[in-house]
Amino acid sequence: MPCRIVVGLKEGVRDARGERVKSEIRQHLGLELQVVRTLDVYTVDAELSAAEIDAAAKGPLSDPVIQDVAVDHPLANDFDVLIEVGFRPGVTDNIGRTAREAIQYLTGRPFEDGEAVYTSVQYLLSGAIDRAVAEQLTSDFLANDLIQRWTILTRDELDPAKGVPVSIPRVAAAAAPRVQKMDLNVSDEELLQLSRDGMLALNLNEMKTLQAHFNDPQVQAKRRKMGLGIELTDVELEALAQTWSEHCKHKIFAAKIDYEDELGNKETIDSLFKTYIVGATRDIRQNLGQDDFCLSVFKDNAGVIRFNDDWSMVFKVETHNSPSALDPYGGALTGIVGVNRDGYGTGMGARLIFNTDVFCFASPFYAKPLPPRLLHPRRIFEGVVEGVEHGGNKSGIPTINGSIQFDERFAGKPLVYCGTASIMPAKLNGKPCHDKQVLVGDHIIMTGGRIGKDGIHGATFSSEELHEDSPVTAVQIGDPITQRRMFDFLIIARDRGLYNSITDNGAGGLSSSVGEMAEDTGGLEMHLDRAPLKYPGLQPWEILISEAQERMTLAVSDAQLGPFLQLAAEMGVEATDLGLFTDSGYYHCLYQGKTVCCLDMEFLHAGVPQMQIPAKWEIKGHKEPVLTGRDLQADLLGLLGRLNICSKESVVRRYDHEVQAGTVVKPLTGVTNDGPSDAAVYRPLFDSFEGIVTAHGICPSYSDIDTYHMMACAIDEALRNYVAVGGNIEHVAGLDNFCWCDPVESERTPDGAYKAAQLVRANKALYEYCVAFGVPLISGKDSMKNDYQIGETKISIPPTVLFSVIGKIDDVRLAVTMDAKAPGDLVYLLGSTADELGGSEYYRMCGELGANVPQVDSQKALKLYRTVNAAQQQKLLRSCHDLSDGGLAVALAEKAFAGGFGISADLDKLIVSAELSELSDMALLFSESQSRLAVTVKPEDQSTFEQLFADCDAALIGRVMAEPVLSLCRGGKSLIKSLNDQNKEAWQAPLREL
Amino acid sequence: MAKQVRSLVIAGNGTNCEREVAEACRLAGSEVAAAVHIAELLAGRVKLEDYHFLNLAGGFLDGDDLGSAKAGANRLLHAPVAGGGASLAAQIGQFIADGKLIIGVCNGFQLMVKMGLLPATEHNYQQQTCTLTHNDSGRFVDRWTYLQTDSASPCIYTRGLEGIYLPVRHGEGKFVVDSDATLQALEAAHLVPLRYADAEFAPTMDFPANPNGSIAAIAGVCDPTGRVFGLMPHPEAYVHYTQHPRWTREELPEEGMGLLLYRNAINYVRENLL
Repeated sequence: MPCRIVVGLKEGVRDARGERVKSEIRQHLGLELQVVRTLDVYTVDAELSAAEIDAAAKGPLSDPVIQDVAVDHPLANDFDVLIEVGFRPGVTDNIGRTAREAIQYLTGRPFEDGEAVYTSVQYLLSGAIDRAVAEQLTSDFLANDLIQRWTILTRDELDPAKGVPVSIPRVAAAAAPRVQKMDLNVSDEELLQLSRDGMLALNLNEMKTLQAHFNDPQVQAKRRKMGLGIELTDVELEALAQTWSEHCKHKIFAAKIDYEDELGNKETIDSLFKTYIVGATRDIRQNLGQDDFCLSVFKDNAGVIRFNDDWSMVFKVETHNSPSALDPYGGALTGIVGVNRDGYGTGMGARLIFNTDVFCFASPFYAKPLPPRLLHPRRIFEGVVEGVEHGGNKSGIPTINGSIQFDERFAGKPLVYCGTASIMPAKLNGKPCHDKQVLVGDHIIMTGGRIGKDGIHGATFSSEELHEDSPVTAVQIGDPITQRRMFDFLIIARDRGLYNSITDNGAGGLSSSVGEMAEDTGGLEMHLDRAPLKYPGLQPWEILISEAQERMTLAVSDAQLGPFLQLAAEMGVEATDLGLFTDSGYYHCLYQGKTVCCLDMEFLHAGVPQMQIPAKWEIKGHKEPVLTGRDLQADLLGLLGRLNICSKESVVRRYDHEVQAGTVVKPLTGVTNDGPSDAAVYRPLFDSFEGIVTAHGICPSYSDIDTYHMMACAIDEALRNYVAVGGNIEHVAGLDNFCWCDPVESERTPDGAYKAAQLVRANKALYEYCVAFGVPLISGKDSMKNDYQIGETKISIPPTVLFSVIGKIDDVRLAVTMDAKAPGDLVYLLGSTADELGGSEYYRMCGELGANVPQVDSQKALKLYRTVNAAQQQKLLRSCHDLSDGGLAVALAEKAFAGGFGISADLDKLIVSAELSELSDMALLFSESQSRLAVTVKPEDQSTFEQLFADCDAALIGRVMAEPVLSLCRGGKSLIKSLNDQNKEAWQAPLREL
Repeated sequence: MAKQVRSLVIAGNGTNCEREVAEACRLAGSEVAAAVHIAELLAGRVKLEDYHFLNLAGGFLDGDDLGSAKAGANRLLHAPVAGGGASLAAQIGQFIADGKLIIGVCNGFQLMVKMGLLPATEHNYQQQTCTLTHNDSGRFVDRWTYLQTDSASPCIYTRGLEGIYLPVRHGEGKFVVDSDATLQALEAAHLVPLRYADAEFAPTMDFPANPNGSIAAIAGVCDPTGRVFGLMPHPEAYVHYTQHPRWTREELPEEGMGLLLYRNAINYVRENLL
């Protein structure tokens, strides 16, 4: 008999969770309740004696010091409305899984198949609330209809003897497994319908390529031999759709693009990826020659570069936008634990050392009506932040770098970038650890979690815009602990040499992971019925493409198999032998001994037809605004409080940024540990002071003027942040993550050619600036359908590229932070200033866009960054802070209040790239000209410093002052005089309570 | 062969700090400092009795899914040990009876409190009388804290220390007791060697200096022998000056304050147990 165990806090114990919910209800919905209390409910559906239930209830499931517990009767009393929120059938329930394990330890007996523990939370609300309001509050805030269901009872409706009725979210047994045949010899319209109905995201040309392939007499002959008909099976169609999805094949980046510039010059680009991204890295590696530090680029789950003789560093950044739009918590959590598998599953495996995260949201204070199916940006913010918090903290990986960008258009699709770095020995058992090779005859081993319906069609879903029928099965919830156990096991297996190759199961599930690994041998034979399932009732095609989390696929030889499986069993990790890697040339799947899929490997991986995309660039005729009568002091305070500039401390402190004990420059710095660091410095090894530096640049607001300069600025921003803390400009690699709106011209996207041209221009800049700076690209990702379209409403995100960098500092003890250190120190501005307010935060604040987007002079910048490195080696820089959003005034304000000292500076001393008299006070204060750093220097080092920077733009503009005031003047004219406390308050206030 | 101090860190199922804890033990002079997966102990290949100093490291045992360290405590109490040997909880009881040392940091402290290992005011190491629960803020927090020490405490780890500075990184760090009597017993026997304090090292209930709302600003407690100790702040996170959040602007000694706790422990072993 199923029973319900209800756990609640004893009287007088503070319910912090209830208080938090109460205050969030007030902030989100403007509803003031008297009290919110919470109870935890465990619904146990297993054969257990009353004594065993009692022992579980009073043992692992409750805390005797602060909690009461009741079995099959309610704890709820004294409330107006009770809301119980539980999961829908099949949704990952981590707490339920842990409760089940705990009960098994207690009884010494495993659960039978189908037995489980399900969890739910009861919210007891008191105050002016009726059922209708409760319904709305639940669907808008407490629960997500896609993954959860709920019961609402008023006080009179609760049975005081039995409580809330038992309900078991068990997955109902579906139809028996069956393989369907698909007839492709139908009309074009029917082909497209097939693609749409099946969530396949294949276009007509691709469907017709399939049709032609399956009509090939040779293919048909082979199929007959394998016992298959000439019609393809649903398993085959799904495998093809996954492998050919935009998400997996990057068809837009691989497309042939006919590009026309503003002058009518035409060129054809055969793959943006090969031309500009692979091309840049190829040329840079050639230029580096002997000094090339790239070890593994583009071919694996993440990029690998040299750290030192004994160690290599690995970096990958992913996006998880579409899932985060539907379920922010689950989407973001899955994003971070998913990219962790990329980091681990590179080469033969690498230990995870840090995470990075960058989010793009609409304002959490968004007050306009929202189009259907969109969650409020505040909910997205809360959910994503919490998801990354749980994913990172529970995995024991410090989150050391990140940022949050705000633009109203991100209401249509939030961007959630999750990065992860790991470290591997340069050599493993005598061979380079970054290489791996599947051998013919190796066993296909799946390890970690089990397969469910979660995440089915994730890859094809994210290859589409968010629309009315976006599938709920695309939502998943990560399980950091199952994954952690798997990694603990795998790292031991790696060091003992118990496998030949490894990769993660991400988009496309087994279909992609096994399919890609099988390229090493040229074939595979996989038995889908052997895969362990979370619950019965999955169809063979679902088993193949499910994106259920926490799984890795390995190639294990006959000799390794025994010890591998034994170690897995000892460490409590599931590992299953699904079949063999072969050299048959076929992607061959069976179910209960019968062939259900037999695809030519060559066709599967190389058969997708190349897209052809038109791209036409035009100059939009932007103009500079005329702004008069501005109060510059008020403008500075306004800028400091802009969402793109203000303190993100409330988020940063929710992330463990110090676990593993290696974070040397932390995200927050300065005299009261709350100034904004430019980048992170991380010491990965206990026996060496060599460090890793990571930073990023992202400037979507410049895209509205020209994506070429957006890209150049993002690269420069990442590098100047990196250099600011001490990163070596000669040993740094980049990762590009493109998030675009659909750039393929169609009825729904009439401006596709312009968006495609924006994409081309960003890629051109990517190539040119990476080559100029000598920064190879080692990995990246693109997410090309960040649009929302329901009915007449279309929201496209601004074209956005996150440029992340990872590199080296030879000695972390030479790292430099951004805070002013001592009164009397000299303040220098490095780099020159131009009238470049176009797309700036200042213009945005004034409601303008402007035209003069910042441009990057890579040669000058590179020389400056090299000189900064030299100054850091000689310990000449006491502080160093990059200038970005809000320009010089914001950078100096931050430097001053982070250090707890004042700064006095004269803008007439600035080096400018025009006549100084031509620059307005606004431009001098707030221009976002690139490649600029504000540094402080001890007075006794003045001549050494100035000598070193003799060939760079370096201007002594002022001094650090004991009095905590920021005073900026231009010659004799005072422009800004503002107390540190006032500036800091403006900077800290906006997001403090989130 | 010279006698060796042997330190053990139990890892697995969600511990996160085992590497840096082992490193802290090593830096403090422990000749053996091993981070060992719990599977090795359950398989009987590694034995607790072969060590002097047991470390229960920070992390999220089983995701803290049933409340911090609850499922982890249940495992130590009930997981079978190969060959039908005594449970790990029973082995830990014997370890204490043998006069050896245990420190639990963060999740390790939560684990000890929920097993009843701390504070054990009546020398009963199986009765839970205190707990660690959700911070008053309802949120996880990573923040450095000033900690006042108690020179009258029997705690061997904090001997000779006068106030230290360490980070907390937790969502469930609020210390509460089952009764006033428990608190009085703790205070009377000086079993509270660490309290959250302001920058002048005076105990405080004010957020954020007291980051979680712990009663009596309690950040760490020990048993009456002073050999069994748990604390929410992370001493292993401050063993070198570059881990201090203001190392780029303050003159600091090479070694971090957290290392001193480990050194006290290792010295105690060397002087009393070898």
